[in-house]
Amino acid sequence: MTDLAKIRNFSIVAHIDHGKSTLADRLIQETGTVQDRDMKEQLLDAMDIERERGITIKANTVRIDYTADDGQAYVLNLIDTPGHVDFAYEVSRSMRAVEGSLLVVDSTQGVEAQTLANVYQAIDADHEIVPVLNKIDLPASDCDRVAEQIEDVIGIDATDAIQVSAKTGVGIHETLEAIVTKLPSPSGDPDAPLKAMLVDSWYDAYLGVIVLVRIIDGHLKKGDKIKMLSNGSVHHVDRIGVFRPAMETIDTLGPGEIGFLTASIKQVRDTRVGDTITHEKHGTTDALPGFKPSQPVVFCGLFPVDNAQFEDLRDAIEKLALNDASFSFEMETSAALGFGFRCGFLGLLHLEVIRDRIEREYDIELITTAPSVIYHVYLRDGEMIELHNPADMPDLSLVDRIEEPRIKATILVPDDYLGDVLKLCQDRRGIQQDLTYAGTRAMVVYDLPLNEVVFDFYDRLKSVTKGYASFDYQMIGYRQDFLVKMQVLVNEEPVDALSTMVHRDRAEMRGRAMCEKLKDLIPRHMFKIPIQAAIGGRVIARETLAALRKDVTAKCYGGDATRKKKLLEKQKAGKKKMRQFGKVDIPQEAFISALKMDS
Amino acid sequence: MRSQNSSQAVLAIEDWQNAGFGLYLHWPFCQAKCPYCDFNSHVSDHVDQRRWLSAFRSEIARYGALTGGRVLSTIFFGGGTPSLMHPDTVAGILEAAQETWTWANDIEISLEANPTSIEAAKFDAFRDAGVNRVSMGMQALNDADLKRLGRLHSVDDGKRAFEIARNSFDRVSFDLIYARQDQTLADWEIELREALSMAVDHLSLYQLTIESGTAFGARYDRGLLRGLPDEDASADMYELTQALCADHGFPSYEVSNHAKNGAISKHNMIYWTYGDYVGIGPGAHGRVTVEGQKMATTTPLMPSKWLNQVEKTGAGDAEVETVSAEDQAVEMLMMGLRVNQGVDLIRLGDLGKKENFLNNINNLEEMNLLERGSGHLRVTPKGRPLLNAVLRDLLVD
Ligand SMILES: Nc1nc2c(ncn2[C@@H]2O[C@H](COP(=O)(O)OP(=O)(O)OP(=O)(O)O)[C@@H](O)[C@H]2O)c(=O)[nH]1
Ligand SMILES: C[S@@+](CC[C@H](N)C(=O)[O-])C[C@H]1O[C@@H](n2cnc3c(N)ncnc32)[C@H](O)[C@@H]1O
Ligand code: SF4
Ligand SMILES: [Mg+2]
Repeated sequence: MTDLAKIRNFSIVAHIDHGKSTLADRLIQETGTVQDRDMKEQLLDAMDIERERGITIKANTVRIDYTADDGQAYVLNLIDTPGHVDFAYEVSRSMRAVEGSLLVVDSTQGVEAQTLANVYQAIDADHEIVPVLNKIDLPASDCDRVAEQIEDVIGIDATDAIQVSAKTGVGIHETLEAIVTKLPSPSGDPDAPLKAMLVDSWYDAYLGVIVLVRIIDGHLKKGDKIKMLSNGSVHHVDRIGVFRPAMETIDTLGPGEIGFLTASIKQVRDTRVGDTITHEKHGTTDALPGFKPSQPVVFCGLFPVDNAQFEDLRDAIEKLALNDASFSFEMETSAALGFGFRCGFLGLLHLEVIRDRIEREYDIELITTAPSVIYHVYLRDGEMIELHNPADMPDLSLVDRIEEPRIKATILVPDDYLGDVLKLCQDRRGIQQDLTYAGTRAMVVYDLPLNEVVFDFYDRLKSVTKGYASFDYQMIGYRQDFLVKMQVLVNEEPVDALSTMVHRDRAEMRGRAMCEKLKDLIPRHMFKIPIQAAIGGRVIARETLAALRKDVTAKCYGGDATRKKKLLEKQKAGKKKMRQFGKVDIPQEAFISALKMDS
Repeated sequence: MRSQNSSQAVLAIEDWQNAGFGLYLHWPFCQAKCPYCDFNSHVSDHVDQRRWLSAFRSEIARYGALTGGRVLSTIFFGGGTPSLMHPDTVAGILEAAQETWTWANDIEISLEANPTSIEAAKFDAFRDAGVNRVSMGMQALNDADLKRLGRLHSVDDGKRAFEIARNSFDRVSFDLIYARQDQTLADWEIELREALSMAVDHLSLYQLTIESGTAFGARYDRGLLRGLPDEDASADMYELTQALCADHGFPSYEVSNHAKNGAISKHNMIYWTYGDYVGIGPGAHGRVTVEGQKMATTTPLMPSKWLNQVEKTGAGDAEVETVSAEDQAVEMLMMGLRVNQGVDLIRLGDLGKKENFLNNINNLEEMNLLERGSGHLRVTPKGRPLLNAVLRDLLVD
């Protein structure tokens, strides 16, 4: 165990891509925690999908030994956090485990929406905040302007902001010194009964469930019998250790320290993040406040393209869920798509990540149905139904009213694009709450329906502002609106997987857009196909996909028999990849693409 | 082994007897490579035609031993550019073929020719060697388009060569490629009318196909091959072609082939009616019934590889495989639905009895894409331009 005064615990927080993980690399390297030859860029982003997309999805903890300029040896525990709004929950719980934050701001970009969101969370967690201006090696870097922005927009003192290049290593030593001198050491009572915070947990194929803990009071040793306060379950600790970032076992964790334990726990679901861990005997009864649980907000159906792969899909989903408590699933059946799962996600990126992992790690091709949020449907008899799937919408005659989830969206955008952003928000049924300026940047706050945002709002925002806007949101509750279920009929047959909930006033426009999209997405067939959008029995939009007119190989000679057979096999396989709705084959990607709006 | 398959064997023997027996010879050399062409063609300065002749003769003898006693109904010199062959090479090959097989009285001996003066000069000698039909690669009747197609001849060259061919041979066909870049329906109509006024007894009218692995394919993938007709425009051109040719006495008998007074290419008809054909030369394919089994043969694509292999081992094949009864039925459909007469349902064997297959036929008949009559299955005029899609839906399970 380590002397409390020599411990510093902090998270690295920033807007997406401002350089958190790269800064973590340098801190790890400068302190010799990892040998140079074992270093690679964004070392902590170990998952394939993180490396491929160049983003952090899971928060990561590393313990660093650092001998400061004062000659003293310190233990630093850093937590690198994700920047994307879908994973904001990872940031908020990480902050509960530490006393300070390095607030990284890209000095070529300035304060962005997640910078703000993270600062508010850090303030909420009573953190000491050290601002770090990153990427000063780039010509576009403007530290003075960004420091001023930090003071204006966020209201924290930035005179001592450290100027860093996480790429070249400039300012890393200063950062380490600031961590030691500016951040507080943790407090805790080594003689009190064990009280530890369950910060995170995940499944490891070899070790079972690994639990990340922050010791508040007392000591945790190998061989201890521990108890989870939430449910009283008792476990035998078979290993404790720390991350450097590789796992290293140690004997004891004392107050202020962050490390892991394993205790033959089978499932991540048997652990609850935010829970209080104590000893079975002579434990504390005083529980920590706990974390607000994360709630899936976006739902969609995942179906295997090949029906025979349903059991494989179940297996894949169960395995992924072991590691990701924020992802929910239950079985779903659909007349057209067969057996699949209705899954809940923290956002669209989260959805994409899970879908990619199933497709790649488990080799299952998927059909993803239209994403939906949870609606509260109040029936005339007073009952309330949580509607996750528009296909399950009860008969209108039974419905009294429908409420939809709303969010508070904060958008930061350069002046020049403000008009486009306001129009986008207005088009998406937003209600403006606030509009302030910091220099040439505007900060707009909108109250928006979540269903207008989950799908392609972020893409649209990026495209109308050429990537200059940033966006963050929080759920603010449910509100009634005039919502209807819009069905899509392909060749006169309703396709459930394309049903969506829309606002009455936007239904016609959405319906038209969807029909037009589908007309491009569905390949021509040998007959013409009407594509209609309808509310109840009333058609509100219609397109006709013309019949295929030409598809024949012009020249076919003797040697072509073999080659043509291969082509035919490919075409037959292609047809199998599509789903049949009546006589019509719909390609798997159509279900999502049909919803993307161009405006 | 044989008793197990005896019914199939009987069918197969009947097949080649019904549909005829042909010999295909592939000459893999061209003067230059055309940017659209994915045939097995190579440009080479040093072609020792005597070596090639002996290799062809040795392969003919080898196949003769496997197919002895059959009556040869057609011979086809294809390429590449077989009109680059020396007439003596052609004569030597035909001599070997005559020694090996009994020839049908009306044997058809075709040769593909590029319409340049060098080649036209050899037409009489080809005729004297035994060739009785030529098929000329005219490709276009306007110079700008010939250039874009990378052809070495002009329209005038082509017409001159064609005049010579008409005088040397009774049967002359020529090929045009249409649905070219920037070609309008009206442009094509003018050109097709001219072609019909020139045509002797046969025309092959191919819509330009962009093949991967060709220069056009690469350009297309990079988005640089502009002005190609879209599906509707290409369908319009196809319909116009069908109508105009029929009006002028050249009705189609196959997707892209038109004949006057039944002067069809008998050799190609063997492919389409799934008869037997021996394929000799680099990249040549064959379908030969040996001891009651339909065999699919292929050869190495590289000319030098094929030549060396024949000389060293005495056999020029790359792969020889038996074609299963099911695959035979599939091939029969793929080839046979291209021609007017369609496919004899009895020849499909077990596939023709499968419930799923019969259901598919019913569905396609309902859409007026296929029809049955006098024991044959064929595509309707509406189904023909959609043949690939029809086949897919016919064979999907
Ligand atoms: N030139 C320069 N590039 C940097 C610097 N720091 C980070 N980058 C680059 O910025 C990009 C994003 O860096 P990351 O470290 O992945 O950013 P992050 O904040 O961890 O991103 P998320 O975890 O996805 O929120 C990468 O391409 C880095 O190489 C720097 O100091 N200078
Ligand atoms: C094997 S080529 C040989 C003929 C000869 N070498 C010539 O080019 O004149 C036979 C015919 O196929 C046609 N052809 C070749 N490639 C084609 C393509 N990509 N699209 C359409 N027709 C093609 C041409 O009309 C050509 O005349
Ligand atoms: S089209 Fe004819 S000449 Fe041109 S490369 Fe092909 S085979 Fe040779
Ligand atoms: Mg990162």
